[in-house]
Amino acid sequence: MSAQSTASRRSPVVATDAAAEDFDAARARARERRRLLVLALRVALAIVILGSWELTTRLGCHGPDSGTCVVDPFFFGQPSGIWSQLVTWVEKGTAQGSLWEQIAVTLEETVLGFAIGVVLGIIFGVALGRNRLLSDVLGPYIKAMNAMPRVVLGSIFTIALGLEIPSKVALAVVLVFFVVFFNAFQGVREVDRDLLANARILGASQSQLSRHVILPSALSWILASLHTSFGFALVGAIVGEYLGARKGIGLMIATAQGTFNANGVFAAMFILAVVAIIAEWLVTRLENFLIKWRPNAITEVTI
Amino acid sequence: MAVREPALASRCRRVAESAKPAIELDRVTKRFVSPTGKSFTALHDLDLTVAAGEFVAVVGPTGCGKSTTLALISGLEAPSSGAVRVFGEPVTAVGRSVGYVFQRDAVFPWKSVIDNVAMGPRFRGIDTQKANTEAHEWIARVGLDGFERYYPHQLSGGMRKRVALAQTLINHPRILLMDEPFSALDVQTRALMENELLDLWASTAASVVFVTHDLEEAIGMADRVVVITAGPGTVKGSYRVDLPRPRNIAEIRFQPRFVELYEEIWNDLRDEVLVSYERSKHSVAS
Repeated sequence: MSAQSTASRRSPVVATDAAAEDFDAARARARERRRLLVLALRVALAIVILGSWELTTRLGCHGPDSGTCVVDPFFFGQPSGIWSQLVTWVEKGTAQGSLWEQIAVTLEETVLGFAIGVVLGIIFGVALGRNRLLSDVLGPYIKAMNAMPRVVLGSIFTIALGLEIPSKVALAVVLVFFVVFFNAFQGVREVDRDLLANARILGASQSQLSRHVILPSALSWILASLHTSFGFALVGAIVGEYLGARKGIGLMIATAQGTFNANGVFAAMFILAVVAIIAEWLVTRLENFLIKWRPNAITEVTI
Repeated sequence: MAVREPALASRCRRVAESAKPAIELDRVTKRFVSPTGKSFTALHDLDLTVAAGEFVAVVGPTGCGKSTTLALISGLEAPSSGAVRVFGEPVTAVGRSVGYVFQRDAVFPWKSVIDNVAMGPRFRGIDTQKANTEAHEWIARVGLDGFERYYPHQLSGGMRKRVALAQTLINHPRILLMDEPFSALDVQTRALMENELLDLWASTAASVVFVTHDLEEAIGMADRVVVITAGPGTVKGSYRVDLPRPRNIAEIRFQPRFVELYEEIWNDLRDEVLVSYERSKHSVAS
């Protein structure tokens, strides 16, 4: 009886009659039309924004003084200038060496800081989430440290760790740690009590509980925090370089600022945006791989 | 014949019946402290004895401490006073001989069916290869052949319950605790699962404590039905179900003896349900 009702419930889904095929084809066409519409609107938006920027920095200019233009390109840059700056960097390198080297250095600092911060955040988050006494004792200190604007620590790190990579990694770690820590902590606290009880009945030891129940359960919380925290790692690396470095995109920005090169600042920002988008894509891939057991992951709102 | 058993009589009978019952709850009281600091008595002087291989159904109104009783037997919770013994030994930690099927889905959503079922043996130190072989057997036994690689969210509620059953039974529990295991299933699936559980149980000789709020299910499945009073819970009555086995749950309710037992136990249960209902009305009103 239940088998019958299951069959009748399922049959419409697997129906292969002509009407269903027509419906599917129409749906596919509608989806494709919408996809093209969205793409066209996106391109149009970019053209409007970049075009009006370019236009306003070219309109009304008299002679050599750029201050007479509607928008002064000396202060606000202009898309064509940003593009030629990027071409120059790619072809001739930057003031402190090849562009790829700068990107590689910043990426190395970011990824190192991100990885260390994530691991520390998870370890502390799980430890405090599992140990009530520990969380009661350390809780206020962690909240106080989190409330502090930690970017100022960058100055300390530059003094203590020097101009090379470690000072930037340290700043990135400090920024990443708290984001991951709070998510991991909350994730551990939210573990389903029945799942814990079930694992204990099935014979799990404390470490098996952590590995098989608590970590996987907290993982969705932790992964949601990775989107934000990679951005923070990048901020840590850039600010660290800005405060004092020999190489990196942050130093390029500082150099451009020092020479009143607005286009240079924007060009560096563009590079950072590309790096961040690629990183976001990688984190999403990682997330999908790690929580394939779940139909639709709760992640932060994405567009 | 069903006999009402006051606390004292039940203890006398227990001594006479068997030297070493599977489960003994001896004047057990359990208090909880709520987050607001108020103490709340879930069970009060509860006596319950389950013989080896016996299938006992526990019925009672909502909030009478049925689930707490199971938590005490399993060792997940410790009694505030009184003694809990399993096979004569006081329960001090989560017992190795206990299996527990929860009301809600308690299968691990991040593990495939095979990994879920193999969890028990692996926790108990059996190597993965051997655990998986055993898990395959149990998956087949609960009728989920071919679903080994599926994740719980891809299965229906009834199938997830089968996973939970296999996950529990693979440990060969000598005591099987079930907390309204089928209450979330639709009626047809439920009758099917009840029959399958009886078949599986018949091949294990485990003692079962089956908590339910459904009296039909209780009489249909059990050797004995125990009625618990509205909270704080204590045993109000105990009724032997003398219906022959093997039983077919879908049809047993048409037997005259079933109807008789139902009336008899319902008379006992009804008062408690009313008490519990009145209280919930008052607590909403106040």
